[in-house]
Amino acid sequence: MLVWSRSGRLVIWVIFALIFGVLFLAPLAVILLSSLADQWNGVLPNGLTTEHYADVAKGAAWNAVKASLVTGFAASALALVSGTWAALSLRLQGPALKRLLGLLFFIPSAVPSVSVGLGLLVAFSHPPLLLNGTIAIVMIAHFVLISAFTFGNVSAGLARLSPDFEQVASSLGARPAYRLRHVTLPLLAPYLVAAFGLSFALSMGELGATVMVYPPGWVTLPVSIFSLTDRGDIFAGAALTMILVAATLVLLLGLERITKRATGS
Amino acid sequence: MSEALAIAAPTARKREPGRLWIVPPAALLALLFFYPLALIIRQAFLDDSGVANVAEIIRVLHSRFFVNALINTVTISVTATAGCLIVGLVLALILAFVPFPGSGFIARLIDTFIALPTFLVTLAFTFLYGSAGMLNSGLMEAFSLPLPPVDFLYSTWGVVLAEVTVYTPFILRPLLAAFSLVDRGQIEAASVLGARPFRIVRQIILPAAIPALIAGGSLCLLLTVNEFGIVLFIGAKGVITLPLLIYGKAIQESAYQVACIIAVVNIALSLGLFGLYRFAAGRLGV
Repeated sequence: MLVWSRSGRLVIWVIFALIFGVLFLAPLAVILLSSLADQWNGVLPNGLTTEHYADVAKGAAWNAVKASLVTGFAASALALVSGTWAALSLRLQGPALKRLLGLLFFIPSAVPSVSVGLGLLVAFSHPPLLLNGTIAIVMIAHFVLISAFTFGNVSAGLARLSPDFEQVASSLGARPAYRLRHVTLPLLAPYLVAAFGLSFALSMGELGATVMVYPPGWVTLPVSIFSLTDRGDIFAGAALTMILVAATLVLLLGLERITKRATGS
Repeated sequence: MSEALAIAAPTARKREPGRLWIVPPAALLALLFFYPLALIIRQAFLDDSGVANVAEIIRVLHSRFFVNALINTVTISVTATAGCLIVGLVLALILAFVPFPGSGFIARLIDTFIALPTFLVTLAFTFLYGSAGMLNSGLMEAFSLPLPPVDFLYSTWGVVLAEVTVYTPFILRPLLAAFSLVDRGQIEAASVLGARPFRIVRQIILPAAIPALIAGGSLCLLLTVNEFGIVLFIGAKGVITLPLLIYGKAIQESAYQVACIIAVVNIALSLGLFGLYRFAAGRLGV
C-alpha cells in the first residue's frame, strides 16, 4: 500500500474512477444506450426501443454476421495450422535461421492492414492468380494479418513447455509423429485455443484490409457498420456494433470455458 | 574433442530431414504476404499502364496531400502514445499499489478492450462529444447556448483521444506485469522511514517500470501509425493519415501507383518502429 491515509486513498480512487469512467466505461455504456435509443435530442434518449435491432435484423445484419463468422473461422483455422506448424518446425532449425525466420513470421503484424489489402489487390488481380472479387481474398487478407499473432502465441506456449515430457516420450521409443500427436499437441492445447480465440476476435473487428478487398455480397460486420454510420444511420450502426461485441465476447468466453474444462481446473 | 564430434555428428545428420518441415508454412507466407509486398514496391515505380515512371514518385513525395498526411500521422501517433503512457502509468500505479475492492476485475475489463474493434470507441464518441452529443446538449441546455460549445471531435484531438482509449491497455498489461515483481517490503520500508509517495514512485517504482514503458510505448507508436478504423470513422476532412490516404487513392480514385508509393513510405515507417519495438523488448527482456 503506497498511500496510507484514508482521505488520500479516497482522492486517488476518485481520480481512477474519473479516468476509467470517461475513457472506458462511458464509450461502452453509450454504445449500448444508443443502440436502444428511441429519439435522442437532449442529454439522455427520450425513450428506449428495440427497433434498431429489429431493423438491422431485417436488413443485411445476418449476412454480415455470417460473413464475419465464416471469414473469422476460416482465417483463424488456417492461421492456427500454419502458425503451429511454423512454431513446431522452427525448433528443428539452427540458431541463426531460427532467429531470422522467427522475425519473418512476425513481420505481417507490423505492416499496416490497408497496405496488406493493397498488396493482395496488386498481386492477385490478374490471371493466373485471379482472386480479386472472390471471398477467398478476404479470408487471405485476414489470415495474413492474424498469422503473426497465432505464431507468437503458439511459440510462447512452446517456450513455456517443459522439455521433460517430450524427452521421456522419446526415450521410451515414441516416434516423432506419435510424440507430436500424443504428447506435444495435447500439452500445447490451451495455448492453441487461446491463440484461436484471439485471432478470431481480431478478425471479427478487422476493417482496414477488408475495405480494400471485399467483393459485393461478402460484407463483414465492421464494413456494414461503417456503411451504416457513413449514411448517417448511427443508431443502427450502434446496434450492429453491439451484435459484433456480443458475438466476440460469447466466442471468447466459450473458448475459455472449453480450455478450463479440458485442463480440468 | 574428436569423441564429441563423433557423438554430435549422427544427431546432426538425423536432424537434417526435419529441417524441411519449415518449408510449407514459410512458402504460404511468402506467397500471400512477401510476394504482394514486393509487388507494391514494383508498382511504385510503374504507372497504371505498366510503364516505368520515376518522376511520379518525386511528384507524390513533394505533394501537399502526402506531406500533410505524413505530418498528421506522426503528430497523432506521438501525441496518442504520450497520452497512453501517462494514462497507462497512472492507472497501473493505482491498480497495483493503491488497490480497491474489485480492482482485479476492472483491470481485466480494460484488458478486453484489446479484443474489441477500434472504431467502437469513435462511434461512442460521436454520441458523447459530437455536435448533437450528450456533452454538447447538456451544456447547451444548462447555459442556454445557441451553438454546441465542445468541438474537438472532428479534429486531430478526437483521433488522439480515441487512440488513447484503444491503446492504453497495451501499456497497462506490461506495466502491471512489471509492478507485480516490485518488492512490497521495500516500499513499506521506505514509507516507514518517512519517504513521501511521490519519492517512492520516482525512486523505487519508476525504475522498475522503464523497460515496460519503452516496449509498450514503441508498440503504441507502431499501432497508432497503422491505425485505420478510428480515422475513417471520425471522417474529418482535415484529418487524413497515411493509411487513409492509401485507401482513398486506391479505392476511391483507382490511382494504384500513387497508393503504392505512399504504401512503401508507410510500410518503411512501420517496419522501422517494429525494429525499435523488437530491439527494446529484446534488450529489456519484456
